[in-house]
Amino acid sequence: MFAPSVTHPIGDFVREWVPRLAEYLPASIQSDTLNSVIAFLINAVICIIAVCIVNIGSAPILIYMERKVCAHVQCRLGPMRLGWHGTIQTIADVIKMLFKEVYAPSGADKLMFYLAPLIVLIAPFIVCALIPFDKNLVVADVSMGIPLIIAVNGFGVLGILLGGWSSNNKYSLLGALRSGAQMISYEISFAMILLFVVMISGSTNLMSITMGQEGTIFDWWIFKIPVLGFIAFILFFISSTAEMNRAPFDIAEAEQELTGGYHTEYNGTPFAMFYLAEYIALITNSALATTCFLGGFFPPCIGIDAVDNVLKMVPGVVWFFAKIYFMVWCYMMVRWTFVRPRVDQLMDFEWKFLLPVNLVLLVAGAGFIVISG
Amino acid sequence: MQKQLSMTQYFKRYLKRCITGPWSLICGLSVSLKYFFSPRRIVTEQYPENRKTLKMHERFRGRLQMIEDADGNNRCTACGMCERACPNASINVLATKNIAGKKVLGRYVYHFASCTQCGLCVEACPFGAITMSPEFEVATTDPNDLEMILNKKEGQG
Repeated sequence: MFAPSVTHPIGDFVREWVPRLAEYLPASIQSDTLNSVIAFLINAVICIIAVCIVNIGSAPILIYMERKVCAHVQCRLGPMRLGWHGTIQTIADVIKMLFKEVYAPSGADKLMFYLAPLIVLIAPFIVCALIPFDKNLVVADVSMGIPLIIAVNGFGVLGILLGGWSSNNKYSLLGALRSGAQMISYEISFAMILLFVVMISGSTNLMSITMGQEGTIFDWWIFKIPVLGFIAFILFFISSTAEMNRAPFDIAEAEQELTGGYHTEYNGTPFAMFYLAEYIALITNSALATTCFLGGFFPPCIGIDAVDNVLKMVPGVVWFFAKIYFMVWCYMMVRWTFVRPRVDQLMDFEWKFLLPVNLVLLVAGAGFIVISG
Repeated sequence: MQKQLSMTQYFKRYLKRCITGPWSLICGLSVSLKYFFSPRRIVTEQYPENRKTLKMHERFRGRLQMIEDADGNNRCTACGMCERACPNASINVLATKNIAGKKVLGRYVYHFASCTQCGLCVEACPFGAITMSPEFEVATTDPNDLEMILNKKEGQG
């Protein structure tokens, strides 16, 4: 029997209705096993569609937001012509992208060239399936959530390396190799920070990590452990920025030096997919930061009953997305403020600063657990 | 060659950078936050929409014009300094003689098509007779419109 660990009203509805509809089928092929399998498959399709909607639907919003935030930081207005304050601009851009001719440069490895954008998309989609959006709104409630996320993040490096290698262009290759070195290095501190969260919450399941933060705002992992939690959050912020290849760590693209890096030779739909992957990664990393540090779908209660009751009336999904978009805004402000380090400075920063600090943080976290019991 | 540092010097510098680095980042971030949250600082003009209220900056250099008083008299003496200052020969100062036999300005010919609005003529003019107008909608369909005679009256000596 296929029974999920987390139930949701929509899933229950499907499980209830599939046996009722199956009664109309001939009696010879009716069985409880078949019913449960069919209900499971229908639910799986619903889950896939939901993940796709969350990911692909949020990408245009993020692109619009990025353009607006960047414009306002630079004393500009950003897109203003199409729709109210340029809201339809992104859709116009997407349509333009989709109708462009797709071609590969001569000498390119065609199979790898077209495979790379697909591989880049895998990681953020799988991570998105693991994120608990509400108490009973999670696609895959696996007990090894954090290790799975760490493992799956490697697909991003693979896609970028493939894209750069198969383009038959020295700028692409250079960008891809630089980015490969960067992402592999920063993956270590990324994993370390997630391990710190696992250590203090005592679970690798994202749902139980979230449930451990129930209560007031001071029960979130960022505040629950004095100072250490905040430092861990900052370190997570830095390493996830590097993981996503966003500025200030965007040496993979580095428009000024590499004319676009690994996706120089891409155009039309494959390029749009690289772009999409970048923004979905932004969403999933923000969701991960929200789950691990900012209390997931719990409202920011402050301990006063009158205020808390009002805050708790808002559904958890709304709080979750509010926190996600706050994190996205933080990533964007950082992107449009800081300058890009050189490659050697980037490596210095990871191996001489971030990793030692992470190790010290892990030890300090263990010490905190021992002291506080 | 990098100077060899002792261990204590190295760690001193490392710890110093651990403090000064984040501080400089916070300074930068405070500036961009300030800009983000104050919409009045935005300098972009929504041009065709705000055409009626748009005010050009004082220092804007549009096409060349001659400063004239109420009667239409100009201060030009036809010295030709602007003609010599012009890097792409957009100005021809054609002098003439008035009744008293004195050299005065006849026609001030200005080729707007080849002008780059560098403003060197305005700087070169010793009498302050010419200036750059703030007018910016100067597109035309007839190239002959770009050949202008700037003075309405003959200059006085």
